[in-house]
Amino acid sequence: MKEVWLIGGMMAVTFAIRYTLFAASGQLEFPAPLARALKYVPPTVLTAIIVPSILMPHGTLDLSPQNAYLAAGVAAGAVGWWRKNLLLTILSGMAAFLLWQWLW
Amino acid sequence: MAHTSAPTAPDSARAAFFAGAKATIPLVVGALPFGIIFGTLSSAGGLSAWGALAMSAFVFAGSAQFIAVGLLAAGSSVPIIILTTFVVNLRHLLYSASLIPHLKHLPQRWLAPLAFWLTDETFAVVVNHFSAHPNHRHNRWYYLGSALTMYLSWQVWTLLGITVGQSIPDAAGWGLDVAMPVTFIGMTIPYLKNRPMWVSVLVAGAVSVLAHPLPNKLGMMLAAVAGIGAGLAAESRRKPEVTG
Repeated sequence: MKEVWLIGGMMAVTFAIRYTLFAASGQLEFPAPLARALKYVPPTVLTAIIVPSILMPHGTLDLSPQNAYLAAGVAAGAVGWWRKNLLLTILSGMAAFLLWQWLW
Repeated sequence: MAHTSAPTAPDSARAAFFAGAKATIPLVVGALPFGIIFGTLSSAGGLSAWGALAMSAFVFAGSAQFIAVGLLAAGSSVPIIILTTFVVNLRHLLYSASLIPHLKHLPQRWLAPLAFWLTDETFAVVVNHFSAHPNHRHNRWYYLGSALTMYLSWQVWTLLGITVGQSIPDAAGWGLDVAMPVTFIGMTIPYLKNRPMWVSVLVAGAVSVLAHPLPNKLGMMLAAVAGIGAGLAAESRRKPEVTG
Protein backbone atom coordinates (compact mmCIF):
# COMPACT_ATOMS: atom_id res chain seq x y z
CA MET A 1 0.00 0.00 0.00
CA LYS A 2 2.87 2.32 0.84
CA GLU A 3 4.27 1.76 -2.67
CA VAL A 4 0.97 2.77 -4.27
CA TRP A 5 0.99 6.09 -2.40
CA LEU A 6 4.65 6.63 -3.12
CA ILE A 7 4.44 5.93 -6.85
CA GLY A 8 1.07 7.66 -7.23
CA GLY A 9 2.36 10.77 -5.48
CA MET A 10 5.62 10.87 -7.42
CA MET A 11 3.69 10.39 -10.65
CA ALA A 12 1.23 13.17 -9.80
CA VAL A 13 3.84 15.81 -8.93
CA THR A 14 6.10 14.87 -11.85
CA PHE A 15 3.31 14.97 -14.42
CA ALA A 16 1.90 18.20 -12.97
CA ILE A 17 5.29 19.91 -13.39
CA ARG A 18 5.76 18.57 -16.91
CA TYR A 19 2.24 19.31 -18.14
CA THR A 20 1.12 22.59 -16.49
CA LEU A 21 2.79 24.97 -18.95
CA PHE A 22 2.04 22.74 -21.95
CA ALA A 23 -1.63 22.62 -20.97
CA ALA A 24 -1.81 26.41 -20.79
CA SER A 25 0.44 27.01 -23.80
CA GLY A 26 -2.41 28.26 -26.00
CA GLN A 27 -2.99 31.17 -23.62
CA LEU A 28 0.66 31.94 -22.88
CA GLU A 29 2.53 34.71 -24.60
CA PHE A 30 6.17 35.00 -23.59
CA PRO A 31 7.75 38.43 -23.31
CA ALA A 32 11.01 38.69 -25.25
CA PRO A 33 13.34 38.85 -22.20
CA LEU A 34 11.92 35.56 -20.91
CA ALA A 35 12.45 33.91 -24.28
CA ARG A 36 16.05 35.18 -24.16
CA ALA A 37 16.50 33.66 -20.69
CA LEU A 38 15.19 30.27 -21.76
CA LYS A 39 18.08 29.55 -24.08
CA TYR A 40 20.30 29.27 -20.99
CA VAL A 41 18.06 26.58 -19.48
CA PRO A 42 19.63 23.43 -20.95
CA PRO A 43 23.32 24.16 -20.19
CA THR A 44 22.70 25.63 -16.72
CA VAL A 45 20.37 22.88 -15.50
CA LEU A 46 22.67 20.16 -16.82
CA THR A 47 25.70 21.86 -15.25
CA ALA A 48 23.88 22.14 -11.91
CA ILE A 49 23.50 18.34 -12.01
CA ILE A 50 26.97 17.58 -13.39
CA VAL A 51 29.18 19.62 -11.05
CA PRO A 52 28.05 18.22 -7.66
CA SER A 53 28.04 14.70 -9.15
CA ILE A 54 31.69 14.87 -10.10
CA LEU A 55 33.14 17.23 -7.47
CA MET A 56 31.09 15.94 -4.51
CA PRO A 57 30.42 12.29 -5.33
CA HIS A 58 30.13 11.37 -1.66
CA GLY A 59 28.49 14.57 -0.46
CA THR A 60 31.59 16.64 0.31
CA LEU A 61 33.96 18.44 -2.02
CA ASP A 62 36.63 16.03 -3.29
CA LEU A 63 39.26 17.63 -5.55
CA SER A 64 41.84 14.91 -4.92
CA PRO A 65 43.41 13.05 -7.84
CA GLN A 66 41.85 9.85 -6.48
CA ASN A 67 38.37 11.15 -7.32
CA ALA A 68 37.41 8.86 -10.23
CA TYR A 69 34.22 10.86 -10.88
CA LEU A 70 36.34 13.96 -11.46
CA ALA A 71 38.67 12.02 -13.76
CA ALA A 72 35.64 10.79 -15.73
CA GLY A 73 34.31 14.34 -16.01
CA VAL A 74 37.66 15.69 -17.23
CA ALA A 75 37.97 12.88 -19.79
CA ALA A 76 34.39 13.37 -21.03
CA GLY A 77 34.89 17.13 -21.24
CA ALA A 78 38.12 16.80 -23.21
CA VAL A 79 36.85 14.14 -25.62
CA GLY A 80 33.53 15.94 -26.04
CA TRP A 81 35.22 19.22 -26.84
CA TRP A 82 37.66 17.58 -29.20
CA ARG A 83 35.39 15.20 -31.11
CA LYS A 84 31.88 16.68 -30.62
CA ASN A 85 30.48 13.15 -30.55
CA LEU A 86 28.01 12.33 -27.79
CA LEU A 87 28.36 8.56 -27.71
CA LEU A 88 32.16 8.77 -27.77
CA THR A 89 32.03 11.33 -24.95
CA ILE A 90 29.90 9.04 -22.76
CA LEU A 91 32.03 5.97 -23.41
CA SER A 92 35.30 7.88 -22.79
CA GLY A 93 34.02 9.21 -19.49
CA MET A 94 32.97 5.77 -18.32
CA ALA A 95 36.20 4.17 -19.51
CA ALA A 96 38.22 6.82 -17.66
CA PHE A 97 36.17 6.16 -14.54
CA LEU A 98 36.74 2.40 -14.58
CA LEU A 99 40.44 2.85 -15.41
CA TRP A 100 40.85 5.34 -12.56
CA GLN A 101 39.16 3.08 -10.05
CA TRP A 102 41.38 0.23 -11.11
CA LEU A 103 44.54 2.38 -10.93
CA TRP A 104 43.95 3.79 -7.45
CA MET B 1 20.39 2.86 -39.77
CA ALA B 2 21.11 3.32 -43.48
CA HIS B 3 20.03 6.92 -43.67
CA THR B 4 22.32 9.67 -42.49
CA SER B 5 21.13 12.67 -40.51
CA ALA B 6 20.34 15.23 -43.17
CA PRO B 7 20.66 18.96 -42.48
CA THR B 8 17.19 19.45 -43.97
CA ALA B 9 14.02 18.85 -41.96
CA PRO B 10 12.46 15.36 -42.27
CA ASP B 11 9.89 15.36 -45.08
CA SER B 12 7.43 12.92 -43.51
CA ALA B 13 6.05 12.13 -40.09
CA ARG B 14 7.68 8.70 -40.25
CA ALA B 15 11.10 10.15 -41.17
CA ALA B 16 10.79 12.69 -38.33
CA PHE B 17 9.88 9.95 -35.84
CA PHE B 18 12.91 7.86 -36.75
CA ALA B 19 15.22 10.88 -36.85
CA GLY B 20 14.14 11.71 -33.29
CA ALA B 21 14.67 8.10 -32.23
CA LYS B 22 18.09 7.96 -33.84
CA ALA B 23 19.29 11.20 -32.23
CA THR B 24 18.35 9.74 -28.84
CA ILE B 25 20.34 6.49 -29.11
CA PRO B 26 23.56 7.80 -27.49
CA LEU B 27 21.47 8.96 -24.52
CA VAL B 28 19.86 5.53 -24.25
CA VAL B 29 23.37 4.11 -23.89
CA GLY B 30 24.13 6.71 -21.23
CA ALA B 31 20.97 5.77 -19.32
CA LEU B 32 21.75 2.02 -19.28
CA PRO B 33 24.09 1.98 -16.26
CA PHE B 34 21.73 4.32 -14.46
CA GLY B 35 18.72 2.08 -15.05
CA ILE B 36 20.67 -0.93 -13.86
CA ILE B 37 21.70 0.81 -10.65
CA PHE B 38 18.13 1.95 -10.07
CA GLY B 39 16.87 -1.61 -10.48
CA THR B 40 19.65 -2.92 -8.26
CA LEU B 41 19.17 -0.36 -5.47
CA SER B 42 15.39 -0.56 -5.46
CA SER B 43 15.26 -3.78 -3.47
CA ALA B 44 17.86 -2.45 -1.02
CA GLY B 45 15.52 0.50 -0.55
CA GLY B 46 12.65 -1.85 0.21
CA LEU B 47 10.85 -1.42 -3.09
CA SER B 48 9.36 -4.58 -4.60
CA ALA B 49 10.30 -5.61 -8.14
CA TRP B 50 6.82 -4.60 -9.30
CA GLY B 51 7.19 -1.31 -7.46
CA ALA B 52 10.44 -0.59 -9.30
CA LEU B 53 8.87 -1.44 -12.66
CA ALA B 54 5.78 0.63 -11.88
CA MET B 55 7.91 3.59 -10.85
CA SER B 56 9.76 3.50 -14.18
CA ALA B 57 6.50 3.06 -16.10
CA PHE B 58 4.39 5.70 -14.30
CA VAL B 59 6.84 8.26 -12.90
CA PHE B 60 9.52 7.96 -15.61
CA ALA B 61 12.03 10.35 -14.07
CA GLY B 62 15.45 8.75 -13.68
CA SER B 63 17.14 11.05 -11.19
CA ALA B 64 14.01 11.39 -9.02
CA GLN B 65 13.57 7.60 -8.98
CA PHE B 66 17.19 7.19 -8.04
CA ILE B 67 16.89 9.68 -5.18
CA ALA B 68 13.60 8.10 -4.07
CA VAL B 69 15.13 4.65 -3.55
CA GLY B 70 18.01 6.28 -1.68
CA LEU B 71 15.57 8.08 0.61
CA LEU B 72 13.54 4.87 1.09
CA ALA B 73 16.68 3.05 2.14
CA ALA B 74 17.41 5.86 4.60
CA GLY B 75 13.93 5.47 6.07
CA SER B 76 12.38 8.71 4.80
CA SER B 77 8.60 9.06 4.85
CA VAL B 78 6.47 9.01 1.72
CA PRO B 79 5.54 12.75 1.88
CA ILE B 80 9.24 13.71 2.15
CA ILE B 81 10.07 11.58 -0.89
CA ILE B 82 7.22 13.15 -2.88
CA LEU B 83 8.35 16.64 -1.87
CA THR B 84 11.91 15.84 -2.94
CA THR B 85 10.61 14.46 -6.25
CA PHE B 86 8.79 17.75 -6.77
CA VAL B 87 11.90 19.85 -6.18
CA VAL B 88 14.18 17.58 -8.22
CA ASN B 89 11.76 17.68 -11.14
CA LEU B 90 11.14 21.44 -11.02
CA ARG B 91 13.71 21.79 -13.78
CA HIS B 92 11.10 20.30 -16.13
CA LEU B 93 9.15 23.51 -15.66
CA LEU B 94 12.05 25.34 -17.29
CA TYR B 95 12.22 22.70 -20.01
CA SER B 96 8.52 22.92 -20.81
CA ALA B 97 8.71 26.72 -20.89
CA SER B 98 11.53 26.45 -23.47
CA LEU B 99 9.45 24.11 -25.64
CA ILE B 100 6.19 26.07 -25.56
CA PRO B 101 6.97 28.33 -28.53
CA HIS B 102 7.43 25.17 -30.61
CA LEU B 103 4.45 23.17 -29.34
CA LYS B 104 1.75 25.71 -28.46
CA HIS B 105 -0.31 24.98 -31.59
CA LEU B 106 -0.70 21.29 -30.71
CA PRO B 107 -3.96 19.86 -29.32
CA GLN B 108 -4.06 18.57 -25.74
CA ARG B 109 -4.15 14.95 -26.94
CA TRP B 110 -0.58 15.53 -28.10
CA LEU B 111 0.54 17.86 -25.32
CA ALA B 112 -0.41 15.54 -22.43
CA PRO B 113 1.56 12.48 -23.59
CA LEU B 114 4.49 14.61 -24.79
CA ALA B 115 4.56 16.21 -21.33
CA PHE B 116 4.51 12.82 -19.62
CA TRP B 117 7.53 11.76 -21.68
CA LEU B 118 9.55 14.95 -21.08
CA THR B 119 13.03 14.08 -19.78
CA ASP B 120 16.44 15.75 -19.70
CA GLU B 121 17.49 13.63 -22.65
CA THR B 122 14.47 14.14 -24.89
CA PHE B 123 14.44 17.83 -24.04
CA ALA B 124 18.07 18.28 -25.07
CA VAL B 125 17.52 16.36 -28.32
CA VAL B 126 14.31 18.08 -29.40
CA VAL B 127 15.23 21.62 -28.38
CA ASN B 128 18.26 21.39 -30.68
CA HIS B 129 16.16 20.10 -33.54
CA PHE B 130 13.35 22.58 -33.01
CA SER B 131 15.80 25.49 -32.94
CA ALA B 132 17.25 24.33 -36.27
CA HIS B 133 13.79 23.72 -37.78
CA PRO B 134 11.35 26.06 -36.05
CA ASN B 135 7.67 25.51 -36.76
CA HIS B 136 8.28 22.50 -38.93
CA ARG B 137 5.05 20.52 -39.22
CA HIS B 138 6.62 17.15 -38.33
CA ASN B 139 8.32 18.38 -35.15
CA ARG B 140 5.74 16.57 -32.95
CA TRP B 141 6.76 13.27 -34.53
CA TYR B 142 10.42 13.98 -33.92
CA TYR B 143 9.63 14.55 -30.23
CA LEU B 144 7.50 11.39 -30.10
CA GLY B 145 10.31 9.33 -31.67
CA SER B 146 12.80 10.58 -29.10
CA ALA B 147 10.35 10.17 -26.20
CA LEU B 148 9.30 6.61 -27.00
CA THR B 149 12.91 5.55 -27.54
CA MET B 150 13.82 6.89 -24.12
CA TYR B 151 10.70 5.48 -22.45
CA LEU B 152 10.90 1.95 -23.83
CA SER B 153 14.63 1.67 -23.19
CA TRP B 154 14.17 2.91 -19.60
CA GLN B 155 11.64 0.11 -18.97
CA VAL B 156 14.08 -2.46 -20.36
CA TRP B 157 17.02 -1.08 -18.37
CA THR B 158 14.93 -1.15 -15.18
CA LEU B 159 14.01 -4.78 -15.85
CA LEU B 160 17.69 -5.59 -16.45
CA GLY B 161 18.53 -3.91 -13.15
CA ILE B 162 16.04 -5.88 -11.07
CA THR B 163 17.00 -9.18 -12.73
CA VAL B 164 20.64 -9.22 -13.89
CA GLY B 165 21.75 -6.27 -11.76
CA GLN B 166 20.75 -7.88 -8.50
CA SER B 167 22.70 -11.02 -9.29
CA ILE B 168 25.95 -9.06 -9.80
CA PRO B 169 27.67 -8.66 -6.44
CA ASP B 170 27.75 -5.03 -5.32
CA ALA B 171 26.76 -3.66 -8.75
CA ALA B 172 25.67 -0.40 -7.13
CA GLY B 173 29.11 0.02 -5.55
CA TRP B 174 30.88 0.16 -8.89
CA GLY B 175 30.03 3.80 -9.26
CA LEU B 176 28.25 3.38 -12.57
CA ASP B 177 26.16 6.41 -11.64
CA VAL B 178 29.02 8.34 -13.25
CA ALA B 179 27.16 7.65 -16.53
CA MET B 180 24.74 10.48 -15.83
CA PRO B 181 27.22 13.32 -15.37
CA VAL B 182 29.33 12.22 -18.34
CA THR B 183 26.21 12.00 -20.53
CA PHE B 184 25.18 15.46 -19.42
CA ILE B 185 28.68 16.80 -20.12
CA GLY B 186 28.31 15.60 -23.70
CA MET B 187 24.91 17.30 -23.89
CA THR B 188 26.24 20.62 -22.48
CA ILE B 189 29.33 21.07 -24.67
CA PRO B 190 27.46 22.10 -27.87
CA TYR B 191 26.03 25.10 -26.00
CA LEU B 192 29.43 26.55 -25.08
CA LYS B 193 29.77 28.77 -28.11
CA ASN B 194 30.05 32.26 -26.65
CA ARG B 195 31.03 34.20 -23.57
CA PRO B 196 27.59 34.56 -21.95
CA MET B 197 27.06 30.80 -22.19
CA TRP B 198 30.40 30.17 -20.49
CA VAL B 199 29.56 32.70 -17.79
CA SER B 200 26.16 31.12 -17.17
CA VAL B 201 27.59 27.61 -16.95
CA LEU B 202 30.48 28.63 -14.66
CA VAL B 203 28.12 30.46 -12.30
CA ALA B 204 25.65 27.55 -12.29
CA GLY B 205 28.50 25.16 -11.48
CA ALA B 206 29.86 27.30 -8.65
CA VAL B 207 26.43 27.87 -7.09
CA SER B 208 25.57 24.17 -7.38
CA VAL B 209 28.53 23.37 -5.11
CA LEU B 210 27.95 26.23 -2.67
CA ALA B 211 24.20 25.53 -2.42
CA HIS B 212 24.58 21.75 -2.24
CA PRO B 213 23.84 21.58 1.52
CA LEU B 214 20.31 22.95 0.93
CA PRO B 215 17.63 20.32 1.58
CA ASN B 216 15.63 18.41 -1.03
CA LYS B 217 18.07 19.23 -3.84
CA LEU B 218 16.94 22.86 -3.84
CA GLY B 219 20.52 23.87 -4.65
CA MET B 220 20.14 22.55 -8.18
CA MET B 221 17.29 24.92 -9.02
CA LEU B 222 19.04 27.82 -7.30
CA ALA B 223 22.18 27.12 -9.38
CA ALA B 224 20.20 26.98 -12.63
CA VAL B 225 18.43 30.26 -11.89
CA ALA B 226 21.70 31.96 -10.90
CA GLY B 227 23.34 30.68 -14.09
CA ILE B 228 20.51 31.96 -16.27
CA GLY B 229 20.73 35.37 -14.58
CA ALA B 230 24.50 35.49 -15.03
CA GLY B 231 24.18 34.59 -18.72
CA LEU B 232 21.66 37.37 -19.28
CA ALA B 233 23.85 39.85 -17.41
CA ALA B 234 26.88 38.89 -19.49
CA GLU B 235 24.81 39.21 -22.64
CA SER B 236 23.67 42.74 -21.82
CA ARG B 237 27.27 43.80 -21.12
CA ARG B 238 28.29 42.84 -24.65
CA LYS B 239 28.24 45.44 -27.37
CA PRO B 240 25.15 44.81 -29.51
CA GLU B 241 27.09 44.60 -32.79
CA VAL B 242 29.33 41.80 -31.55
CA THR B 243 27.83 38.42 -32.32
CA GLY B 244 28.58 35.20 -30.56
